[in-house]
Amino acid sequence: MDTPPTRLIRLLQLGDTETALRADSIWKCVSCQTCSTRCPKSVDCAAVMDALRQLAFQRGSAAAAERRTVVFQKAFLNNIRRNGRLNEIELIAAFKGEVFFRGRSVPFLFEDAGLAGQLQKRRKLHLRGEKVRDRGVVQRIFERAAGGAQ
Amino acid sequence: MNFGYYPGCALHGSSNDYEQSLRVCLTALGVGLKEIDEWVCCGATAAHSLNHKLAVALPARNLALAHAQGFAEMLAPCPMCSMQLLRAQQAVEHDPQLRTEISSMVEAKVDGGPRVLNLIQIFDRIGLDALKAAVQQPLKDLKPACYYGCLLVRPPTVVEFDDAEQPQSMEAVMMALGAKPVAWNYKTECCGAGMTMASPETVLELSGRILANAAAHGANCLVVACPMCHVNLDMRQAAIEEHTGKKFGLPVYYLTDAVGMALGLSTRELGADRHFVVAGKEA
Repeated sequence: MDTPPTRLIRLLQLGDTETALRADSIWKCVSCQTCSTRCPKSVDCAAVMDALRQLAFQRGSAAAAERRTVVFQKAFLNNIRRNGRLNEIELIAAFKGEVFFRGRSVPFLFEDAGLAGQLQKRRKLHLRGEKVRDRGVVQRIFERAAGGAQ
Repeated sequence: MNFGYYPGCALHGSSNDYEQSLRVCLTALGVGLKEIDEWVCCGATAAHSLNHKLAVALPARNLALAHAQGFAEMLAPCPMCSMQLLRAQQAVEHDPQLRTEISSMVEAKVDGGPRVLNLIQIFDRIGLDALKAAVQQPLKDLKPACYYGCLLVRPPTVVEFDDAEQPQSMEAVMMALGAKPVAWNYKTECCGAGMTMASPETVLELSGRILANAAAHGANCLVVACPMCHVNLDMRQAAIEEHTGKKFGLPVYYLTDAVGMALGLSTRELGADRHFVVAGKEA
């Protein structure tokens, strides 16, 4: 992490939002909530991280769009929007496809290919996935929440 | 004893071994689960990272559905789901305007909804004495590192469960089963969670430290109550061993696997034979 949560909060206190938005750490953050839990001043740092990610994402900054975590999360939300519930195979295909399209990294494309067989053997892969019956309402919820990831 | 049940996507996906274990174990204890009809994904990390409105709306719809279907209490065995449900519940509880807005957004009346319980709270409800009395095969050879991960205990203001730094509730369940949980340092450190696909190197690093600390304190297995933790510690364990150059071979059990085994159920019945690291067998 280039800028730990304490320093990010300080940057924001000083009004330097731009530097905070460029920090690598907002994309490295795993949302473990430890910073919010331990802050002696009760600053909800994890929520601040969320806010910074959303701001960077909404501004359409190229750095944000290139992040694998963002590509993954966008693919995740698109999947939920379509099905109401997660279809893991569709998600992985969409995510890997998009990362490959952007970076042409063949090793990344096949990085976890071996896992598919392993999961299949353990009856952990669902080829068809689940869908809610009323997918219309899910789509309307996403539309009303627009401004976010679509 | 009956509860509403919000499985979440993981338990109906590649963590279906958790659902199998949960159902088999709770049925044996006389606990009935009824799935919330038409539940939708809670939005998980993707929603709270990229779209705050969705992160409230999706869980709120589930709370409204559960309420309309008459459930007073609902088990959400995935800590991510359970934290998101609780967070949405608190958000609408304290803000009537948001409540109205979210209700129209999700096309269902959102007004608090059922009490959301995590898995450990179900065992609390059953009672440790009752659990002890039901034990057929005490787990006297098991020295588990009870691993809580992040969201069972954090943020404490949202989940209001156990102690955020030094939780003991899983240890209490394991001791009731006759196991000897080890004292260790990483029970609430993050495993890398949702980074499994997007940043596997993060998972290898973070989960590697957890396995190493558990091993260093004499654990012969880990016990978890989170599908993501299980994926990272079990499915990724071989890659972690390669990454760290250390051999762990630590089976990772869901809490319901451990309870089930003590009740005399087989690993096959519980679905624990479908894990990547299986006790006494090379993966």
